[in-house]
Amino acid sequence: MSEQYPALLVVVPLLSALVVSIAGWVNKRLCFPIAVAALGVAAWSAVGLLLRVLDKGVIVYKLGGWSPPMGIAYYIDYLNGLVLPVVAIVAFINLIANKKAVEQQFPDKIGPFYTLYLLMVTGLLGIVVTGDAFNLYVLLEIAALTGYGLLAMGEERAPLATLNYLYMGTIGACFYLLGVGYLYIVTGSLNMVDIARLLPPLYQSKAVLAAFIICMVGVWLKMAFFPLHAWLPNAYTYANSAASSLIAPLVTKVMIYVMIRLILTVFTPEFVFTTLALSNAVVWLAVIAIVMGAVLALAERNLKKMLTYIVVAEVGYMVGGAWLGNRDGMTGAILHIVNDALMTLCVFMVVGNIVYKVKGYAFEDLKGLFRKMPFTMGALVIGAMSIIGVPPTCGFFSKWYLIVGAISAGHYGFMAALIFSSMVSVVLFFRVFEICYFEPFADHHGHDNHPGGMDEAPVSMVVPLLIVAVILILVGLYTGDIVNHVIQFAIPETMV
Amino acid sequence: METIISIKPLLAILVSLLVVPLLVLSGKRPNVREACTFLAAAVKFLIILSMVPVILNGTQIVYTIAEVIPGVAIKLRVDAFGMLFALVSSSLWIVTSAYSIGYMRGLKEHSQTRYFCFFALALSATIGVAFSANLLTLYLFYEMLSFATYPLVTHHQDREARSSGRKYLLYIVGTSIGFVLPAMLISYSLAGTLDFSSQGFLAGTGSKTLISILCFMFLFGFAKAAIMPFHSWLPAAMVAPTPVSALLHAVAVVKVGVFCVARVLTGVFGTDLLLSLNLGVPIIYIASFTIMAGSLIALSQDNLKRLLAFSTIAQLSYIVLGIGLLSPKGMTGGMLHIAMHAFGKITLFFCAGAIFVATGKKNISEMIGIGRRMPVTMAAFFIGSLSIIGMPPCGGFISKWYLVLGSLQAHQMPILFVLLTSSLLNAAYFMPFVYKAFFCRPEDAMFENKVQEAPAFCVVPLVITATISVILLFYPQPFLRLARIMVQSITGV
Repeated sequence: MSEQYPALLVVVPLLSALVVSIAGWVNKRLCFPIAVAALGVAAWSAVGLLLRVLDKGVIVYKLGGWSPPMGIAYYIDYLNGLVLPVVAIVAFINLIANKKAVEQQFPDKIGPFYTLYLLMVTGLLGIVVTGDAFNLYVLLEIAALTGYGLLAMGEERAPLATLNYLYMGTIGACFYLLGVGYLYIVTGSLNMVDIARLLPPLYQSKAVLAAFIICMVGVWLKMAFFPLHAWLPNAYTYANSAASSLIAPLVTKVMIYVMIRLILTVFTPEFVFTTLALSNAVVWLAVIAIVMGAVLALAERNLKKMLTYIVVAEVGYMVGGAWLGNRDGMTGAILHIVNDALMTLCVFMVVGNIVYKVKGYAFEDLKGLFRKMPFTMGALVIGAMSIIGVPPTCGFFSKWYLIVGAISAGHYGFMAALIFSSMVSVVLFFRVFEICYFEPFADHHGHDNHPGGMDEAPVSMVVPLLIVAVILILVGLYTGDIVNHVIQFAIPETMV
Repeated sequence: METIISIKPLLAILVSLLVVPLLVLSGKRPNVREACTFLAAAVKFLIILSMVPVILNGTQIVYTIAEVIPGVAIKLRVDAFGMLFALVSSSLWIVTSAYSIGYMRGLKEHSQTRYFCFFALALSATIGVAFSANLLTLYLFYEMLSFATYPLVTHHQDREARSSGRKYLLYIVGTSIGFVLPAMLISYSLAGTLDFSSQGFLAGTGSKTLISILCFMFLFGFAKAAIMPFHSWLPAAMVAPTPVSALLHAVAVVKVGVFCVARVLTGVFGTDLLLSLNLGVPIIYIASFTIMAGSLIALSQDNLKRLLAFSTIAQLSYIVLGIGLLSPKGMTGGMLHIAMHAFGKITLFFCAGAIFVATGKKNISEMIGIGRRMPVTMAAFFIGSLSIIGMPPCGGFISKWYLVLGSLQAHQMPILFVLLTSSLLNAAYFMPFVYKAFFCRPEDAMFENKVQEAPAFCVVPLVITATISVILLFYPQPFLRLARIMVQSITGV
């Protein structure tokens, strides 16, 4: 059974998607339990895979028994062994938390919603687990197409914003495919490990250089790396909350994973950091991404949109960390995939709860929320602390590694950008807290100025949210174990 | 140095953290809720007290919570200095809890449950800072304290509270993220460790310039110490209810600031490194400037709490000054001043609050003749102000005495002048008020000649702290011995 985890991980959500879409015609109430069961199996397999990797090292799984380079192989090493459970668990928690929200937002489209949700998760898990560069493209499109569908189920402006995303996303995917095509031309292989074995003699080739840069640009487009971010804020903001709290934490992070996979496995760090010598420039791009993300977030008077710009800034963190070209920076980037997925999940779930109760997420809708929704707001405080980078929440520790990486690379601009972004995050979140806490102002001094009791979101939404908030702290406290037992082995020893 | 592993320091921190759910649950029954607060405060104090004998023997207590980063753990260590600070703040929490009841109920404040919850959180963080074994742990609890006190400072939830809250965050969080965080990470990159040690860990790691820059990043980064020019959050924070000003802005928060400065100067840099780079001198002159300027500004204040705030700013720099002298007697004086100033200043804040509860007055000019109406309160105020001035029969005398000896030991004669002038200035802003409170012509008195004190819950605590201030002159032993043990471990003298 446990030998089949890599297949179960992808096949179960895929087939359940079909079952759910049929079940949607028969009885809508069947959809949710089936989806939960499917993602439960996926999460279980993902955790099982991580444990097996920790126990036995890298796992190679040949799909259908075909050997690479002809067949498709799934490689599970320490890197995706870490990312898989994050993707699966985030998707699983978000699914459970949003049951009521889905029923409230589109009562007549429950079947299609869960079908798309499962397909999307299939795509994301597939991207992470696959060891085949072309297969990755296929799964990328599966995730993207279903993502467009999910995001478009939202407010009036959602379809247009999603169309924008569709154009940009398609271009990004095409770039990636083009790059893979180049690689196939020069190496004759699509298997990542195989490509990595064949590439070193070709490092001076212009085709390889072109392949790398084109792939990178494609991936950057998909992860909304500034200035290629323009599609993201609107697409995520106007979508329904159940979809945005799945997609915002995962899609950008999975694309970061792809970037790191390309750097570490396919092209190897020697090629990327030594032969190319682009890293300084890319880190400066990341600095701009962080600063611009923070500044654009400041300009918003709308909680959800503000958070989407924070996502843009966080992408800058990870790209910069990965491109610092040293071990600490890479550790920070990988750790931040985990942490940022969790904290973005936390804050977007908060938005989901607020939308469920208040039907809005503009700043003026947030007045008096600390009294009305204390638990949701408590989770927002913890999520905010993590984004600001206050110990012992997990966000602090990835920031720690990123800054230490910046110092040892001598890249003080990146360090300054991270500090700047922390400070701006304080302003961003306390601006929100002020509205939730002080307003509406009383007519006279102080006493009992906030009438009205608690009006919290349903328990089924609050409990998962609080679990996520607690996870943020626990992951922070276990940073040492995550780094020592997992991430340390995900980075090649040649990188110092 | 001998060390023992014990979970006690963690328990001392957790007590007030774990009581928070109880406070929330008993929110509808204030008496049960306050009983919980008292229980937690008492348990906390007893746990800390139970560690005193071990510490007085020169042993240290350590406990590792989590190994988060290679070479850096979230780790607690109790030494004499931390114990001194923890004793002061945990004992005063008990007194302040009683005072809070009198004050908050007397004024019928809203959201009292929230108030007591965040108070408990703030105390957890304070003890956490006192018991931190390394810079990361210190930073963790320092930030926790910043955010836990925000709802207390902005308790009134009006526009004034909001703007003060902004200032509070801007100064305190802005400096900690802007200065301390990068300085900490650079130190880690240089030394590969962050554990405090008696001679610091930065010696011989970086260039002279870099070490000096780091030193000032830490000095100003811990803005809770209110060293000028990063002081103006403290007067602004006076919008908080008075018990908050009393415990947090005269003892816990601000002393955390100076404690951090002292800890970093001695445990990260080490006296030898500071002496060899001659960094003590700029530190004592910055502190001296703050002392003089703070006292001068206090002279011109009419709002009693603001006056006390500026007085606190000046007094905090005494502690920094003592450490910056880098002489054994000076450091002893600085550490001792944490305790001596705490008891004196909290008495003064308690009095200011009691006057506000009983009469609704905030300004000194409206308090002429108040001594006839509230003789006990004003007598306590007199004792508290004597302690701040540094005159017998109060504990403040001892710490100032040590500071004087310390500046002689360090051959810093100008500092003697600063200490003397500042004491005169202290007298100049306190004594006229005290004098007018008791001795004014009957027609000038603004109050009827009838004794009417604040509620007993307000008066008893301030009598207790005033009494302790006096007792400390005659029995400074617990604090003095702790300070000496610490100084001995640093300097070997």
